[in-house]
Amino acid sequence: MISDYILEMNSIDKSFFKVKVLDAVTLKVKPGEVHALIGENGAGKSTLMKILMGIYQRDNGQVIINGEEVVFRSPHDAITHGVSMIHQELNPILDMEVSENIFLGREIKTTNLGPLSLVNKKEQRLQTRALFSRMGINIDPRALMKNLSVAQRQLVEIVKAISLSARVVIMDEPTSAITDKEIKTLFEQIFKLKAENVAIIYISHKLEEVLQVADRITVLRDGRLICTDEARNLSHDQLISMMVGREIKEIYPKQIVETGPVVLEVKDFCRVGHFQNISFSLRKGEILGIAGLVGAGRSELVESIFGITKPDNGELFVDGRKIKIRHPQTAIQQKIALITEDRKYTGLNLKTSVEHNISIVGLDSLSRFGLINMRKEGEVAESQIKAMRIKVFSRKSAVSSLSGGNQQKVVLAKWLMTKPEIIILDEPTRGIDVGAKRDIYLLIGELARAGKAILMISSEIPELMGLCDRILVLAAGRLTGIIERKDFSQEAIMRLASKFEAANHE
Amino acid sequence: MSEKAINEKSRVNLASIRELGIFAAFVIIMVILMILSPNAFARPANLINILKQASINGILATGMMYVIISGGIDLSVGSIVALSGVIAASFAHPGEYPLIVPIVLAIVTGALVGFLNGVGVAYGNIPPFIVTLGTMTIVRGIALIAANGQPVFNVTKEFERLAGGFVFGVIPNLVVYFIVITLILAFILTRTVFGRRVYAIGGNETAAQVSGINVERIKVAVYTLCGFLAGIAGILLASRIISGNPTSGQAYELDAIAAVIIGGVSMSGGAGKWYGTVIGALLIAVISNGLDILNVSSHFQLIIKGLIIIIAVLIDIKGKRKL
Repeated sequence: MISDYILEMNSIDKSFFKVKVLDAVTLKVKPGEVHALIGENGAGKSTLMKILMGIYQRDNGQVIINGEEVVFRSPHDAITHGVSMIHQELNPILDMEVSENIFLGREIKTTNLGPLSLVNKKEQRLQTRALFSRMGINIDPRALMKNLSVAQRQLVEIVKAISLSARVVIMDEPTSAITDKEIKTLFEQIFKLKAENVAIIYISHKLEEVLQVADRITVLRDGRLICTDEARNLSHDQLISMMVGREIKEIYPKQIVETGPVVLEVKDFCRVGHFQNISFSLRKGEILGIAGLVGAGRSELVESIFGITKPDNGELFVDGRKIKIRHPQTAIQQKIALITEDRKYTGLNLKTSVEHNISIVGLDSLSRFGLINMRKEGEVAESQIKAMRIKVFSRKSAVSSLSGGNQQKVVLAKWLMTKPEIIILDEPTRGIDVGAKRDIYLLIGELARAGKAILMISSEIPELMGLCDRILVLAAGRLTGIIERKDFSQEAIMRLASKFEAANHE
Repeated sequence: MSEKAINEKSRVNLASIRELGIFAAFVIIMVILMILSPNAFARPANLINILKQASINGILATGMMYVIISGGIDLSVGSIVALSGVIAASFAHPGEYPLIVPIVLAIVTGALVGFLNGVGVAYGNIPPFIVTLGTMTIVRGIALIAANGQPVFNVTKEFERLAGGFVFGVIPNLVVYFIVITLILAFILTRTVFGRRVYAIGGNETAAQVSGINVERIKVAVYTLCGFLAGIAGILLASRIISGNPTSGQAYELDAIAAVIIGGVSMSGGAGKWYGTVIGALLIAVISNGLDILNVSSHFQLIIKGLIIIIAVLIDIKGKRKL
């Protein structure tokens, strides 16, 4: 019997500690199609994919590949059956070069001495170069992984999956860290793969993108299959309401707030190789967005404002007073908070509890003579968990057990403990689901209404347009324009953001 | 009421599998030894003796625990024990100085070495393993030079009583020091801002720095504390062996590290409980005491001790996967 489908996952059940995380979920994928899998965090997408990859074992149901029932005990089994996955969290070996990462575990050998064989680096580089040129990617196969940008690492990962001659490729949030131009390159790759009859399971939170690239869409919610349909029959709003299980009237709840005096002024900020001559001011109650492509110097700029790195030149005024910030401590004393982009790297201590993460910046206010008032700490943590609607079993739970959206709320809660007046957010909604995004948007709006000044970096232009009063655009480390809310348009922002694009990609 | 419920839940959450594991292992080993040797091992006098045997390593392990939680390691503590012992004994000859002088000088010496370790790690950005490997060798050399290569004998009775004395005639002073020091440092680790910051820098140094924590200063403090405790351990050892021996304390750093790791403190920093370290130190003492009583040769004891370290870490890793 020949099936229409390259992959069928039928009535998959899975429970963890008696909690059902997948309940009779069915996913059928045709060869040569892009099948988007969407749903909020915790909907069961990752679990389903981990079952497919052999990382978890299903409790019930069957997996059929090419008409043959299979049981994968490890990712290795999955890969040999032509299923490979590009993970959301990339795991390259940073001290190896690009070609070595591509051929990791299946090195090309010069001799046949088993584990003692010599690796034919030259041939690996040659083949890598061929793969890259076939896909129009401009990366040196000899470059060390650690010297590549996140976006470039992602492209390498994609090439690696493709070079495994996979028939089903799972892409988990492939565009969460790459620029619009690189997304275009990625989509070109996807179309080439389709032409070669490869099936792609595409997981993303960016619905615009999903509607653009997917042929069919499957929506999961709370471990159940909600719908599978042709993408052209579905609209953005329909998808959202299926994902969250309720109507969302407005995704961006913008409140117009009367702005007050200037609280932060940045003058002629320069850091060689990162940004130059940046000047702007931020008012009380204002939400000021920073747009720009990845690599435009946005994160580097706010890191210098916050004292993590030292600017080479420039002045900073808080409430009209000139301040020198050389360490985050000074910034915190000036009532500035920075919610960094990379939760796992700079935001959280994943080895400890939600409570201890929330309290760490504000410990001084919870202690006397260096002794922590643990009752007060617990109360504050509880109230923050409630106020931020962090979904967690207990404040003592490990923060690593939370979903991305809830982890991000923990980072926000931690910084709000310091009662900041100036709040800098770097990609506050990166990689989190629609429901948590909306919670964060509402919170940002409330903070602005409470008179906080907000500086917000985002790569999602609709998000900036929805929330901000003004948007500041950076390109190649330079300030290319500041747009007022009434003049917002995607085109205007993109034009300013790509001003030096040619110069940047020499 | 809800507050109480939350507290109870959290207690279950906190008692992570690996600590239960090590506690269970400790109890099982105790029971086995009591059955095998009801008359010798299980006698109260012997149990107190075990506490005494655990005490110097226990004090070193407490300092080591701070360092390991902060994400580092300190190999120099054994050499510090020797140097501070030599210094203490040199200033404890009868009729020269009051008892406080050798005590203060030895402790200051230990703390100073620790401080230098901390400066090297925090401001020199040298890996802790390298810095303390260097000072381990240097300090051993200084101890040998200071003592002319020979043990320093002829100390006062008072000095001898520091470790050799008893409280109420039954509890060895050593055990009292061990308990008091452990409790104070446990309190600092769990209840103070400083303690919380030690965990924070070990858990994620970058995040700690972004959170406004002065990472360098905390590191210097942690290594200084570890050196300070090694200084105390040095005095106690010199008092116990009634001399300052420049070759004493060899491999003490490894026993301290073993106690910390058996106790479930993560080698990569950021996690671990003080009572785990106490159990780790006790377990090491119980094993050597029990095996001595059972007439197992000291050569075999080494093998058993090594196996227990590996098994403890294995439990640690398996436990984490399950969580």
